[in-house]
Amino acid sequence: MLAKRIIPCLDVKNGRNVRGVRFSADRDAGDPVELASRYDREGADELVFYDITASSDGRAIVMDLVRQVSEQVFIPLTVGGGIRTFEDVRTILKSGADKVSINSAHVRTPEIINQSAESFGSQCIVGAIDALRKPVAAGEPPAWEIYVNGGRTATGIDALEWVEELVGRGAGELVLNSIDADGTRQGYDLELNREVAQRVQVPIVASGGAGNMEHIYDVLTEGEASAALAASIFHFQQHSIPEVKDYLAQRGVVVRL
Amino acid sequence: MIAIIDYGMGNLRSVEKAFQFLGFTAQIIERPALAADASHLVLPGDAAFGDAMRNLREGGWVEPIQRGIEAGKPFLGICVGLQLMFEESEEMGIHQGLGLLPGRCTRFPAVERVPQIGWNQIDIQRKTPLLEGVPTGSFFYFVHSYYVANEREDDCIATTDYGLDYTSVAGRDGLYGVQFHPEKSQDRGLRILKNFAQTG
Repeated sequence: MLAKRIIPCLDVKNGRNVRGVRFSADRDAGDPVELASRYDREGADELVFYDITASSDGRAIVMDLVRQVSEQVFIPLTVGGGIRTFEDVRTILKSGADKVSINSAHVRTPEIINQSAESFGSQCIVGAIDALRKPVAAGEPPAWEIYVNGGRTATGIDALEWVEELVGRGAGELVLNSIDADGTRQGYDLELNREVAQRVQVPIVASGGAGNMEHIYDVLTEGEASAALAASIFHFQQHSIPEVKDYLAQRGVVVRL
Repeated sequence: MIAIIDYGMGNLRSVEKAFQFLGFTAQIIERPALAADASHLVLPGDAAFGDAMRNLREGGWVEPIQRGIEAGKPFLGICVGLQLMFEESEEMGIHQGLGLLPGRCTRFPAVERVPQIGWNQIDIQRKTPLLEGVPTGSFFYFVHSYYVANEREDDCIATTDYGLDYTSVAGRDGLYGVQFHPEKSQDRGLRILKNFAQTG
C-alpha cells in the first residue's frame, strides 16, 4: 500500500535554516545540508527547501544547497519560494530538484503551471497556496482566501475554486499552507485539507501548524492529506522522524519504516 | 560505462549521481553514436509517453537501443522508461512504444488519487538478479498516472498494490524495467542500481 509521507521542510535564508511564526522568519535552526543528511538518515520521505529570501542571491544559495544535498541524499527534493517565471522552474529542475513548488506566481500568471507541466510533466509541478480562513455566517460552508507575497497580500480568490483551477492546468500535487495555523503549533487546518482533498484527485500535502504527533495523525486521517509537511517539530528535535512514524504505525497509519 | 540516455526528458543527473555514488562509471549520453561504447543502457524519464517516444525516435535512439539489447547489453527502463519498453500507451491518445515486451500502458482507475505519488511496496513474483538482496515488501518512490497492463505473466517480476495489483518491475533476460525511481529510493533503490550495474 502507498504510505503516508512525512516531509521535513527547511526554510532557507542566506544559507541558514530558519523557522518562522505566522510567516515571519526568526529563529536560526542550523546548517541545511547537515539537517538534510540527518533527515535522510532518519527516514524522511522527501525534503522541501523553501527559499524565504526569494532574491536572486537567495536563489543561487538554495540551488547550491540542492546540488550539495543531491550528491548524498537519494530521496525526492522539492524547491519552493519566490518562483516567478518558467525560466526559474527550468533552472531549479536543472540543479537537481525533483519538484518545484509554485506559489504566488500561479495567481499572477496561471499559465506558468500549464507551461511547466507541459514541458517537464505534472509529476514535478507542485501547486502551493497560502490560505486564510474567511469569516462566514453560522451554518455557511467554510471558505478560505488565497494570499500571496508570503501571506501578506490578499487576492480575493476563493481557495477551493483555485485548487481545481491549478489541477486543471496541470499541477500534479498541492501543498496547502494554512496562514491561520502556520507556526502556531496548534495543529493543521483539518477542514481545509479535507475540503480540498474531496474536490481534487491529486495528492494533498498539509502544511502549517504541526505541534505534536497527534496533529500529524489527525491531518493524515481526518484531514485526508497524503503527506504532512512539518518544520520546527523536527528541527529542534522535539520529535525525531522515526518517533513520529512509529507513533503513526501504532495507530494504524501506513508509513515507510 | 553505464550510459544514461539523454533524450530531453527528466532528471537524469540524479540517476548518474546514484551510479557514481556507488562507484560505477556512468555517463549521460546525448548522442546515439555513444551508445555503442556502453556496457549497460539506462532509459530514465519523467514525461508523457507520446512526447518521450517522439523524442526517442527523432533523436535517433530507437535503433541503437535495439542493437544494444540484441548485443546482450543489460538494459534498465525507469518510470516512463519502463512504460516505453512495451508496445503502446493510452496516455493522451494511442502511442506506439519500443515494443521490447508485449503489453499496453493504461491510466489508473479513479479509485485512488492520481498520480500515485510516494512510497509504495513491491511484492516479488519471481527471483531475478536485479532484486538480489531486496526483500519483498520493500518501499520505493513512485510517481505515475499510467501502469502496464496486458503484459505477459512471465515478464512480471514484482507487483505493487494501488487500487489494483500491477506490474512494477518487469523484464526478461538482461532487459529490466522499474516503475519506481530507484535513484530516489534510498538504500533499497541504490541496491537495485548496484545489482543492475553488476549484471552482464
